[in-house]
Amino acid sequence: MLKILLARLRQGRRTMAFPPRIPRHEVLPVRFRGRPVSTEAGGDRAVIDLGASLFSPEESAGGAGAVFGRDYAMAARTREGLRVGTGEVELARALERETRRLFGRSLRLRSVAAGSCNGCEAELVALGNIVFDLARFGVQFVASPRHADGLVVTGAVSRNMQEALAKTYDAMSDPRLVLAVGSCALSGGPFAGSPEVLGGVPPEIPVDLYVPGCPPHPLTLLDGLLRLLGRL
Amino acid sequence: MIPGIGLLTHNRWAVPWDEVPIAAAADFRATVIAAVRAGARLVLFFGVPETGGLDTGRPDDSRSDARGQTRIVAVLADDASGRLGVLSMLAGESYPALTPDCPEAHGFEREIAEQCGVVPDGHPWLKPLRRHPPDHPPLGFRAGPYDRDAYPFARVDGAQVHEVAVGPVHAGIIEPGHFRFQAHGEQVLFLEIMLGYQHRGVERLLEQLPLERALAVAESIAGDSVIAHTESFCGALEALGRLQKGVHAQTVRGIALELERSANHLGDLGALAGDIAFAPAAAYCGRLRGECLNLLLELSGNRFGRGLIRPGGTGFDLPPDMAAAFRDRLERLSRDVEDVAELLFENESVRARFEGVGVISRADCIELGFVGPTARAADLTRDVRHDHPYGVFRFAQIPPATAWAGDVAARAQVRRLELRRSLEFLAEQLRHLPANQPPAPCGALQPNEFVVAMTEGWRGEVAHAVLTDGAGHIRRYKVKDPSFHNWPALALAMQGNQISDFPLCNKSFNLSYAGHDL
Repeated sequence: MLKILLARLRQGRRTMAFPPRIPRHEVLPVRFRGRPVSTEAGGDRAVIDLGASLFSPEESAGGAGAVFGRDYAMAARTREGLRVGTGEVELARALERETRRLFGRSLRLRSVAAGSCNGCEAELVALGNIVFDLARFGVQFVASPRHADGLVVTGAVSRNMQEALAKTYDAMSDPRLVLAVGSCALSGGPFAGSPEVLGGVPPEIPVDLYVPGCPPHPLTLLDGLLRLLGRL
Repeated sequence: MIPGIGLLTHNRWAVPWDEVPIAAAADFRATVIAAVRAGARLVLFFGVPETGGLDTGRPDDSRSDARGQTRIVAVLADDASGRLGVLSMLAGESYPALTPDCPEAHGFEREIAEQCGVVPDGHPWLKPLRRHPPDHPPLGFRAGPYDRDAYPFARVDGAQVHEVAVGPVHAGIIEPGHFRFQAHGEQVLFLEIMLGYQHRGVERLLEQLPLERALAVAESIAGDSVIAHTESFCGALEALGRLQKGVHAQTVRGIALELERSANHLGDLGALAGDIAFAPAAAYCGRLRGECLNLLLELSGNRFGRGLIRPGGTGFDLPPDMAAAFRDRLERLSRDVEDVAELLFENESVRARFEGVGVISRADCIELGFVGPTARAADLTRDVRHDHPYGVFRFAQIPPATAWAGDVAARAQVRRLELRRSLEFLAEQLRHLPANQPPAPCGALQPNEFVVAMTEGWRGEVAHAVLTDGAGHIRRYKVKDPSFHNWPALALAMQGNQISDFPLCNKSFNLSYAGHDL
C-alpha cells in the first residue's frame, strides 16, 4: 500500500488543461499535420477534401495541395464543411438547444469499428487516459448500444461489418447522435475503391459530427465533441 | 541448414522468380514437411495465379476455356542460419494438404482455399478464414454467389454443456471479432474464433494502387504496427529496386520501430493491470504509452509514425537537437517505467492473477508456429532482429528476451524485459546518431523477381512477400501479420481455463484483428 502511495506521489498530476491555456496552433509539435493554412501564394489553391485526406507529408509537398498547419481543431457538422479551398474549415456548430439540454453534460457513447486499422480506436481509447481524461466532461464509452446516446463509427465499413453496424444503430433509441471518426469512416480513407468496403458510413446512418484525420489526434476528437455539445 | 530446399535466400534479398524451383506435388509436400521436422519454420505459404506464360514473355499456351493453374509457394526460415528457402508447386483445383502432417500450415491452407479457390485435399479444418469471395482466382475460375454467413461452428454436445457467443461488437473500444465458447459451467472446453470483420481487401489494393497510395494502405494494415508493416513494405521495394539507404535513415527506422514496441508494450502492461482492476499501474502505463507516441509525433507529425518510413529512407530526419531532447525525455520515461513495472510485478495479488493462467507450452509454439513474445514467453527464441537481422539491427543487437512458463505472467515479463532493452537501444542510438544524408531516389522495380521482407514488430514477425511481373509491376503482394500465426494460441490458451479469465488471456496476446483480416 505504501509503495502504491509513493508511486502516486512520484507520478504526479498529468491531466492536461482543456481547452489549453496557449493558442491551439502552438499545442502540438511543428511537424504535426492538422488544419490546412493559407499559403503566401494563397487564393487559387485547389479545393481539398479533409474528409478524404490522409494527412500524409506527400499531400502537403509540391505546393498544389494542402499545406497542413498545427491547429488540431478540424471537426465539422457537415461533410461539405470539410471541403476547403482557403484553409478555412467551418468548425462544428453546437447541437440544437433541446439535444444539448439532454446530452450537454452527460453523453454516453458506443464505439463500433467496421473495417478499420485500429488506429482510430487506439486514439478513442487514449481519450480515456489520465492525460486527456474524457470522463471529466461527462462523456463516457459504454458497453451496449442500449445504454448509449451516441454511436462512434470508425473504419471504411467492411462488407463483413455492414450488418452488425446497422443492428447496433437500430438498437439505439432516439434521440441518438452519430459521430464518424477518421478518414476511413468519412470517405473510405486508404481503402476507398476496394470492393470489400462500402467506403465510409452509409447514407442510412445520418452523421452529426465528422472528425477528419488518419487517425484524428485525441485533441481533434475532444475539440469536436465539446463543440458539438456547445461547450467550446 | 534447410534440407532439400532448392533456392536459398535471406531476409530482404530479391531472387529471380524463374529460379524458384517447381516441384511435383508429392515431392513438394514431402520436402516442406521434412524441412519443418528438421527445425525450419513456415514464414509464408500462399498461392499465385499463373498468368499462362505472360510473365516470361513466352506466348500463352493455356487454352482459354481451361481453368488456369495456381503456383503454391512455401517460404521456410532456418532461424539458426538466418536463411530462407523458397519452393513451389503447381496446383489445379486441389492439392494434397500439408496440415495433417504439418499443423503450422493450418491457417495458410485455409487462406489459399479462400483467396485462390484451390482446395487443400484432406485438410482437417477447412473453413472460411476471412469470409470473402476468392480475390486471387486462377484464370477461367467461375465463382458462384458467395454467402458471407456460411460458417460451420464446431459444437460440443453433452448435458450441461452450453455455448457463449460474443461479438463482433464487444463491450469496450475493441476491433470486431466473434468468439464462441463451448463451456461446462465456467470452464471452457473449446473456443472458436471467427474473424474477417475487418477485411478490407488489403492485398489487392497493394497490387493495384500506385506507389504513393499503396504506401498509405501499408501504413493502415494494422494501425498499432504502422512502423513494422511499412518497414516490411519499404524493405521489399528497396530490395526489388536495388536501393541502398543511408545509415541515418536505417538508424531512424530502427528508433521508430523500438518506439512503437515500447508504446505498445506499455499500453498492454497497463491494460493487463486494468483487467485485474489494479488501477494505479493501468493509469500510469496509459500515460507512459502516450509519451512514446508523442516522440513519434515529434519525429513524423503523427502519433503512430505515419509519414516516416519511405522507400529509400525516411520522410523526416532526426536532427541533433531533437535527438538530445529525445534522450532527455526517454531518460525520464525509463525511470518512470521501472517505477511502474516494479509496482506491477512485485505486487502479490497481481502475480497471483497472472501466474498459471493461459499456458502455452514450448511444444505448442513449435508445432503451431507461434511467433513473437508468445513464443519467447515459452522459452523459444524467435526474433527477426536476432535471427534475420537487417538495417541497424545488423550493427546494434538487442538480445531477445525470454521466459519459460508460457503463461500470462511470462508474457507480461517478456514485454517488460523487451521494453527495458528497447529503451536502452534507443538511448544508445540517440547518443551516436550518424549525420543525415539525402534519401536514395526510388528506382524502378526489377522485373520477374521475388522478395520476402521480414520485420520484428512488437507482436512478432511481420512478413511481406512481393513478386513482380515482366514489366516490373507488382504481380502478387502477400502480407502476413504475426497475429495470423498467433490467433490459435489464444484459443488454445483458453482450453481448461475459466470464461472469466478470457479478457486477461486475450490481453496478454493482444492480437490484431485488422492485421489478420487484411
